[in-house]
Amino acid sequence: MLAIKNLTKRFGSRTIIDDLSMTVKDNEIMAIVGPSGAGKTTLLRCITGLEPVDKGEFFWNGTQFDPTNTTQKDTIIGVVFQDYQLFPNLTVLGNITLAPTMVKKESMDDVKKYARELLSRLGLEGKEDLYPFQLSGGQKQRVAIVRALAMRPKILCYDEPTSALDPALRDEVAQIILDLKKQEMTQIVVTHDMDFAKNVADEIQQVEQIQ
Amino acid sequence: MIQYIEEILPALLSGTKMTLSIFFWTLICSIPLGALVGLGLIQKFKPLTWLLNFYVWIMRGTPLLLQLIFVFYGLPIIHIVFQRYDAAMFAFILNYTAYFGEIFRGGFQSVPKGQFESAKVLRLSYGQTIRKIVIPQVFKIVLPSIGNEVINLVKDSSLVYVIGLGDLLRAGNVATARDVTLLPLILVGIIYLALTAVCTIVLKLIEKRESVWR
Ligand SMILES: Nc1ncnc2c1ncn2[C@@H]1O[C@H](COP(=O)(O)OP(=O)(O)OP(=O)(O)O)[C@@H](O)[C@H]1O
Ligand SMILES: [Mg+2]
Repeated sequence: MLAIKNLTKRFGSRTIIDDLSMTVKDNEIMAIVGPSGAGKTTLLRCITGLEPVDKGEFFWNGTQFDPTNTTQKDTIIGVVFQDYQLFPNLTVLGNITLAPTMVKKESMDDVKKYARELLSRLGLEGKEDLYPFQLSGGQKQRVAIVRALAMRPKILCYDEPTSALDPALRDEVAQIILDLKKQEMTQIVVTHDMDFAKNVADEIQQVEQIQ
Repeated sequence: MIQYIEEILPALLSGTKMTLSIFFWTLICSIPLGALVGLGLIQKFKPLTWLLNFYVWIMRGTPLLLQLIFVFYGLPIIHIVFQRYDAAMFAFILNYTAYFGEIFRGGFQSVPKGQFESAKVLRLSYGQTIRKIVIPQVFKIVLPSIGNEVINLVKDSSLVYVIGLGDLLRAGNVATARDVTLLPLILVGIIYLALTAVCTIVLKLIEKRESVWR
């Protein structure tokens, strides 16, 4: 279980998130919704350690942790960015194997085996040796999901997973997220798409604009 | 005429050797150093970027010829004495590192911030991120500009003439003055053309290899 306590985030004198507390239960999908500019992305960036917080604590199963501490090799949080941010100079397999082999020092053979398993689970078999520019938007997103999963995170976070996809693919992502839930993956999904949120989420966290 | 060419060719080739030696050593040192300078130029630590910007400004804002003369004829006045060849290497590496540094700075800046963040959430260290993700992307971006400088370097190397190094240009000029014929200078021109042509071909090959990804 992920617990966030009394999170406050400011940019200069502007408070974006004010004293927010929330918990994400194991194997559940939490959707973070709210109007544009409310601070959904900012909240996710705090959780993923990309923004330092002004106040607040993070707990994983009761143990406090610091998301910005990048020396901790046991990843708790995995991220799928809105624009995926695959590494263009590496193949699909290279994108996936880079971090597990370099950061966790897992053997290349093991990582490749796991990567292939994940790729075929997401319908990407045969794409291993392609470069990101050779993939469609939906495929890139799935590679980004596999890349995050290969680090075996406890929680997988998405920022606007549907914003760059056409409607048919939206349902596909929803299906992937629900499938991962069956594999006992805890997930946080930032979206402004209320229908999508209602479709996938067990719990919905509203983020409001602070005046 | 063939006989005359055969006569002066050894001198020209030995001059070519000097030219190539300056060319290669400058590249081998200046490209990595330039990458480091470029990396320094994008850091947030202000004193470092000021210092590097000042260095780049001086090196790009004054003629390489002045820098050569300064190092070889000027510095001895304050008791810093270089051998001819060392003086040339010193001035060339310092000068070209500045140009490459500026090129690499632009390259580093054009890697999207999202790439660094993506690497960060995967827990890659800064060094790993630079080596595995940033440098390959930067290399591809800067390749055409580096290529221009490489061609320039072939020709700039003739500036060592002024400090009396026996490079290709000097060899040709000596022969022309001695034998009162244009032929040596024409040969020198042909050799420079051949050198720049080889550089162009090699650069094209590298660019082709880099085009497997976008
Ligand atoms: N680095 C930053 N510096 C200053 N202000 C920022 C920064 N990042 C975001 N903000 C501000 O914080 C507020 C919340 O931004 P955020 O991107 O989190 O909104 P959002 O809820 O994700 O919106 P959207 O639905 O449009 O993506 C915005 O008003 C934005 O201008
Ligand atoms: Mg957003």
